[in-house]
Amino acid sequence: MMHFLLLFSRQGKLRLPKWFTPIPEREKKKIVRDMTTMVLARKPRSCNFLHWKDLKIVYKRYASLWSSVCLSENELLALEVLHRYVELLDKYFGNVCELDIIFNFEKACFILDEFLLGGEVQETSKQVVSRSIEASDMLQEAEIDNSDYDLELGWP
Amino acid sequence: MSDVVEKTLSALPSLLSLDSQAGAGKLSPSSKLGNLIKGITELTSKHEEEKLIKKELAAIKEQVASPNTSMRQMKEIMVRAIYCEMLGYQASFSYIHAIKLAQQGSVLEKRVGYLAVSLFLNETDEFLLLLVNTVLKDLQSTNLIDVCMALTVVSQVFPRDMIPAILPVVEEKLTHPKEIIRRKAVLALYKFYLIAPNQVQHIHSKFRKALCDKDPGVMAASLHIYLQLIKESPESYKDLTVSMVTILGQVVGGKLPMDFNYHSIPAPWLQIQLLRILAYLGKEDQGTSELMYDVLEDSLRRAEMNHNMTYAILFECVKTIFTVHPKAQLLEKAAECIGNFVLSPKINLKYLGLKALTYVVQQDANLALPHQMTIIECLDHSDIIIKRETLELLFRITNAQNVTVIVEKMLEFLRMTSDDYSTIDLVGKTMNSVFSLGGDVMQPDIPNNFLRLLADGVDSVEDRRMRLFAVDSYVSLLQGETAQLPQRFLQVISWVLGEYSHLREEQDSGTIMRLLARLLDQRNTSTETRSWVLGAMTKLCSNPVSVALARDVCERYSGSLNTVLRQRAQELMILSQDTELRARVLPAEGRLEHLEVDSSLSFLDGYVSEALAAGAAPYKSPHQRQEDLAQEKALTLEPYGLSLPVSLSSCSVTDRLTDGLSPTLLSMSSGLSGNGTELSHGGGSTTLKLDGVKRVWGKEGYLAQQQSVEDAPTPPVQLPSPLLSPQRPPSQTQTPEPDQEKQQLASSLFVGLGSHNSVCLMGRAEPAPQHFRRKPRGGSSGASERSSDSSHSSRSAAVDNLLLSNLLDSTTVASEGGATTTTPQQTSQRTLDHTTSNGSPHVEGKEEGVAAGGSLSLIRGMVAVVLPTHTETDPQSDLHPAPHPAPALERPGDLPLTSHLPAELSGLARSELTPLCSDQDPSLALSACRVYKEDALVVLVFIVNNTNSTLHQMALQLTCKELEISCISGSPLKEVKGHSVSVCLHTVVMKRASVQVELAGLLSYQRPLGQPQAAQFSLSLSLKHFIRPLTVSTGEYGKMWLSFSHDLKQNLRLVTTEHQEPLTATLDALKSKLHLHIVDIIGSEGIVACRLLQGEGHGQPCLLHCRVHANTLAVWLRSPVPELPDSLLYHCQKALTET
Repeated sequence: MMHFLLLFSRQGKLRLPKWFTPIPEREKKKIVRDMTTMVLARKPRSCNFLHWKDLKIVYKRYASLWSSVCLSENELLALEVLHRYVELLDKYFGNVCELDIIFNFEKACFILDEFLLGGEVQETSKQVVSRSIEASDMLQEAEIDNSDYDLELGWP
Repeated sequence: MSDVVEKTLSALPSLLSLDSQAGAGKLSPSSKLGNLIKGITELTSKHEEEKLIKKELAAIKEQVASPNTSMRQMKEIMVRAIYCEMLGYQASFSYIHAIKLAQQGSVLEKRVGYLAVSLFLNETDEFLLLLVNTVLKDLQSTNLIDVCMALTVVSQVFPRDMIPAILPVVEEKLTHPKEIIRRKAVLALYKFYLIAPNQVQHIHSKFRKALCDKDPGVMAASLHIYLQLIKESPESYKDLTVSMVTILGQVVGGKLPMDFNYHSIPAPWLQIQLLRILAYLGKEDQGTSELMYDVLEDSLRRAEMNHNMTYAILFECVKTIFTVHPKAQLLEKAAECIGNFVLSPKINLKYLGLKALTYVVQQDANLALPHQMTIIECLDHSDIIIKRETLELLFRITNAQNVTVIVEKMLEFLRMTSDDYSTIDLVGKTMNSVFSLGGDVMQPDIPNNFLRLLADGVDSVEDRRMRLFAVDSYVSLLQGETAQLPQRFLQVISWVLGEYSHLREEQDSGTIMRLLARLLDQRNTSTETRSWVLGAMTKLCSNPVSVALARDVCERYSGSLNTVLRQRAQELMILSQDTELRARVLPAEGRLEHLEVDSSLSFLDGYVSEALAAGAAPYKSPHQRQEDLAQEKALTLEPYGLSLPVSLSSCSVTDRLTDGLSPTLLSMSSGLSGNGTELSHGGGSTTLKLDGVKRVWGKEGYLAQQQSVEDAPTPPVQLPSPLLSPQRPPSQTQTPEPDQEKQQLASSLFVGLGSHNSVCLMGRAEPAPQHFRRKPRGGSSGASERSSDSSHSSRSAAVDNLLLSNLLDSTTVASEGGATTTTPQQTSQRTLDHTTSNGSPHVEGKEEGVAAGGSLSLIRGMVAVVLPTHTETDPQSDLHPAPHPAPALERPGDLPLTSHLPAELSGLARSELTPLCSDQDPSLALSACRVYKEDALVVLVFIVNNTNSTLHQMALQLTCKELEISCISGSPLKEVKGHSVSVCLHTVVMKRASVQVELAGLLSYQRPLGQPQAAQFSLSLSLKHFIRPLTVSTGEYGKMWLSFSHDLKQNLRLVTTEHQEPLTATLDALKSKLHLHIVDIIGSEGIVACRLLQGEGHGQPCLLHCRVHANTLAVWLRSPVPELPDSLLYHCQKALTET
């Protein structure tokens, strides 16, 4: 199970935090600070894993954006979780960049919620995730009749 | 895809630069959020940001409170509030409005409301109670999206006490027609199970229904619950094993819809989840484990793509295999898999390999043996994470023999890092296990160093934590059975407790005093330990209880025959009664900082001059005394020395103490003797440390071991490395200095691992490499003894020995000794240079020997004579197959097999003959040989019929899924007459670059009066057999370089020779071993090109750019094929480590 997932910039600015376990506010701030300093201090081409307390931090850099996740086992898998998330963002935004996440972080959160739930991977299919996001998004365009919009939009 | 992301994201800085509207166009910069974000970006200081956000928050507060704010506006405001919270500014006033938004908003606004709730609130927040009704309403909504949102939010934050209120509705959703709802409902129940397991007890049967759901997504979600359930009580779910195995089988077999694929790997997350579940189910249960062997093997086999995800699956699979009831064949494959991880140039895989090793050595410590050198290298890895993981691994293989070295390494690591939690954790547990394991064999300075480490420390918080950790763990140790603990460890414990137990406030010193007193009472506690214990007690006796206890102890020991003990007891007596004096002598904190040792003992000057005046003999230095002693041999100092506490020997007053003849000095020094650490702290620490290191290597540690290496035939380094034998040829005979050091280190680290049972190790079923698997075993011990003098070549020795001793019909061949080992290599090197200058590729003979099962002392004589044959250049080499060939090979016409080589191939470079499966049928001998053609690799199989009868119905089939194999024999093989030889030719090219492949062969035949028979064999081919030079000009190289997309960078070691530049030497080495073409060398850079025979046509190019940088060779590989750089790099690395 994952404990938290953070996206932050090269300058250490937090772009998207997601906490899967209840953590007090003060602790959260400390974690964010620790994570950014720890991860940003890593030299290029060193391995993507870190130890933190008795957990592991897995991080990966996507251009100016660093994503990191904290969990207890199978670090490589976590690396792919991060990658899948970035893929999902990319599919949604189309060539995602840091700005997309800054200005639409609530969208990024929605996508994350469709992908991970309660610290576990919920849905791994790119298509399914983006379909359910689209379905909700379409409401923004027009308030359609609630009863059958899901069918029109090809919900799973 | 990631490339695209990288490219896009790399354009970001320019977009982010101020007042740029370009990127923000689609991102609604005109919105208030956009303005806020832009505003923040423009700020330079934290202070200004704070001011801006405060202002923003004030505005938000005003807006949310206003009754005129519409829900739509509210949604926008909420996003801004979330943003401010994310930046670390509290917007608690908006929480209630978030809930309101979720309650009252339309679908879209509700969504933001729920999001804000899940981001703002914790499970324990009372605000959440306000949400319960809303959630309930949404769960019952006919709108799918409402239900989804409600389920999403309850899976994230929901008050535990309110679960019963919504549970029935959520349960109901398990039968919802839409998969997405069912899936989310399952996850919500999973969450409930985690926070309140007893509330969902009654719906276990429904979980089963979810497990059987027709939608794989729902089924996958239910596995989360099952993993938890099975983890807690595997017994109750054994009946699920078959279902889990079936599901995994289907997933692995690719039966799931494509939707579930991740980079064309079928449902990896699902696979991993299932593997974890199987691990719990099969643990310590043979029956259940047997059910899953097949599917485990299948997943190991199927996971073959070069992708992180496959490795993640493999890793999990390996873990499962080592957790369930062992099966030899599977263990062997899993170990092989770990080997690949550990050897991978990719650092992440290396890390995972180490982790996997750490896991598996708990089952079988011998598994670490094949990787000793890699482990040693990792110990010096520049990445601290790798280093730490290595230490963790070492900790697992700690035993009484290697404990000293491991502790040294551990301490080194500690000194280097001022690091944190994890270090404390690692070191703490290591030291404990280390002390209790091998305390008594340790040199005294190891505990001393450890104590100093505890004591010195600048960073007070971390140090405090570590000390506290030590105190806690020691107290709990003492509360248990202490009789078994080594004396040295008890001494360390007493010192630490005496020094630091005040850190543990809740524990009164009385308890600790009692524990210590118990130690004193123990019969087997040595006098020295007792004096340490008394010392600790002296520091502790602060309250009345302990003073009373101290008095008891004192009474008992003040009559002791041992002067040191008596002295200590006296001290304890006096100090326990006089609190003031005690406080002065032993201040509670930081006594170390104030301690100064007057090593010249000037304070004794008065006393000395008095004594001299009274007619005492003047002081003589130890050196002088030695001389005096030499003259009158009757006296010896030794008996006196023995009665002293050993801890003293490391402190700076040692010299004086050896003068045991003077009772005054003795008592004075025993007054000082309490803590060797304190004193040694005063003395130069560096010299002490060096001293320690040397001694580790010296007296008892490594050197002793080395002696045993010489006379005993089973040293650790020489253990067989079954994992590697097919891949890793022995390293060179002349080891460069640093390597030798490393090997020494290796031998001392891995001592005791399997050194007692190396013989039975060889006899074990599982580690035999694939192509020797079916050989009978036996006669191995003699063989391994003989191979022991060439430590490196025997990595693969033992197993190979088996084959050979067998092959040679247990003919004893005199060992040639270490000197001859070089011969084949040198010889082959010579011929090699010859051929490579002709431009034709070639693989040297020595390594062939390994692949063929040679290169050990047993057959060294044979290898030495076998030159890599080049009929064109070296007619002499027709000596093949050697003076002591297998009798079976010799008979047919006495003609060397090479004479059967087709004419068109005779001019080409080729490998030696490799005997294949001679054991199955003595009258039929198979051997193979590779010929390196320009456009393909030709594999020749020689079939020798040693009987008079003709073999009929011959058919030879070669298979390997990674290779493209086509038969080019002129006439298809039908029969082989008595005493004749047949040759089958196959051209082979790779389908996909891979480091090493296994070619499986099946020869079926029939004797005149017999049943059809078949002989199986396997032949391993390495990537380098398929590499050919690629002749291009520098200009062409440049063009190609730019057009290739897959690249890889890595630092390799440089080869140094006397008469060549390191770069040239290294590139030459690569060229000769891997048949690369050196395009150009300019200054400190060199460019190299090669191609891989792959598929039709000319093959796939791979370019290498090499640069000398800081004593390493920075290599950058590029190729249009994704796997090629990786595999080639592996071989480069290997080639260079061998040189």
